[in-house]
Amino acid sequence: MSQPQQKIATRDAYGDALAALGKKRNDVVALDADLSGSTKTSKFAKAFPERFFNVGIAEQDMMGTAAGLAIGGKIPFASTFAVFATGRAWEQIRQSICYPNLNVKIVASHAGVTVGEDGGSHQSLEDIAVMRVIPHMTVIVPADGVETAQVVEAVAEYKGPCYVRTGRNKVPVLYGADYRFKIGKAHVHHEGKDCAIIATGIMVAEALKARDLLASEGIDAGVINMSTIKPLDAEAVIAAAKRCGAVVTAEEHSIIGGLGGAVAEVLAESAPVPLVRVGIKDQFGTSGDPDGLMAHYGLSAGNLRDSVKEAIKKKNK
Amino acid sequence: MALNAEKIAELKDRARRIRIDILKMLHGSGSGHTGGSLSAADILTALYFFKLKYDPKNPTWKDRDYFILSKGHAAPVLYTTLAHAGFLPTSELCTLRKLGSRLQGHPDSKYLPGVEISTGSLGQGLSVACGIALSQKLDKAPNRVYAVLGDGELQEGQVWEAAMTAAHYKLDNLCVLVDNNGLQIDGPVAKVMGVEPIADKWRSFGWDVQDIDGHDMAQIVAALDKAETVKGKPTAVVCRTVKGKGSKCFEGKVEFHGATPNADELATALKELDEAVCK
Repeated sequence: MSQPQQKIATRDAYGDALAALGKKRNDVVALDADLSGSTKTSKFAKAFPERFFNVGIAEQDMMGTAAGLAIGGKIPFASTFAVFATGRAWEQIRQSICYPNLNVKIVASHAGVTVGEDGGSHQSLEDIAVMRVIPHMTVIVPADGVETAQVVEAVAEYKGPCYVRTGRNKVPVLYGADYRFKIGKAHVHHEGKDCAIIATGIMVAEALKARDLLASEGIDAGVINMSTIKPLDAEAVIAAAKRCGAVVTAEEHSIIGGLGGAVAEVLAESAPVPLVRVGIKDQFGTSGDPDGLMAHYGLSAGNLRDSVKEAIKKKNK
Repeated sequence: MALNAEKIAELKDRARRIRIDILKMLHGSGSGHTGGSLSAADILTALYFFKLKYDPKNPTWKDRDYFILSKGHAAPVLYTTLAHAGFLPTSELCTLRKLGSRLQGHPDSKYLPGVEISTGSLGQGLSVACGIALSQKLDKAPNRVYAVLGDGELQEGQVWEAAMTAAHYKLDNLCVLVDNNGLQIDGPVAKVMGVEPIADKWRSFGWDVQDIDGHDMAQIVAALDKAETVKGKPTAVVCRTVKGKGSKCFEGKVEFHGATPNADELATALKELDEAVCK
């Protein structure tokens, strides 16, 4: 964590990875709903115009069209902003993609409060929850550009519906070329012994910073990147709970139904330990600069440090 | 290809027998959608016994044509037609809607080969049809895609999103048939939420449009033939139909949207359909 950090937005990594994938496989097609410049499917569109379908501002139709392309033997990647992909078209995803178990990959960008200035209408804070609840769906939130590229490869290999959440802003690159993402497998950065931080997406970088802050106070916090929210790596959650005796979850999403919810379900049934969920507390987002919003909603490394201390206090009661 | 009178008569008789099996099946299950199944019986008969390419022994045959029943509640007409076409034994029809049956209340592609996509939530089938049609275009394949929509279903906004997509991408391998039976659960379509002029709507969305009698086998067959000759745009065939077509017990009766025939109604209807044999 101490090396000078390169930064890349996960949506940019997606755009590059999708274009690269399109070069390798001619059964890969892409769809967008008039946001290709923002979701970065524009890179694929430029390289493979005949395999790119812009459906206009029509997210419901996009999901159904993607389902049809999957029936026709293609591997469709459908992209738009997370709030529209999973909200506007939720029932199309349920009925036309997940219910018939079709091989559609939904990669949505601009998730979370770091969308920034566009405000609450555009900040998706519920998408993980509403995707996670649908049977057959796999839900993945990559932490950095390197992981995003590997996730794109992995979901293309995997047969079945997948939801991948990307972000708008540049975030630190955490992984090197030797990193290996596997669907359903958590990546343990540090085992820790006092409290485990289980983070997803851009919160992994914050968790690593929080670990450094805590280390200077003599607290050994574990950091786990839970990039696959579903199927959740329950083994990793239980092992962390047993090892540390306290858990903090961290996500740029509502604390209801997302990573915090998923981890709480596992802990309550299999390894009850004190838990503090860091995320958006049953609220909508608001306009502002991304860093300011992270602090406003209590998502900074400093907030995570405080939450770890709170969890440890609960444990020691 | 124009069909001779004998072939048309064969198709009409097939539709008559499909209606009989639909009614027996629905009476047996005691739940399901009678009116909209009967109104589409001639359309599905013409598709499966005149136009579509398929192999019931190999339902995912790559050279097949694709059929989507977007108005999924008319599942009984699909199951019965698929049974007549050899995709499942006719004896299985009595399992409709029962626990463990492949014949779900609404078509489910996970269970029943021959069902291309699960439907039931209205307004979604045409988008899927567009996706399949796009995939065939990408592969430069001659396979065609057909979708049957209800007139009430046209109230769903997604239908018109898909209508734009089909025209924009010039999907001339796609043909929609609208089962325009004029009734929906809450009453006449015109009263609940008017959708006319249906033909003008599709035309204005860039489609080639035909307006036919959806119970006249010769007209349906001719419309399907003509649709294949249209280049550069998709075809919509607006089929004027009667909900519950086949017996006076059900014809034009909104209450038979989601109700099934009792023993008396079944007996009356079967008698009418038996008498229709020599017509």
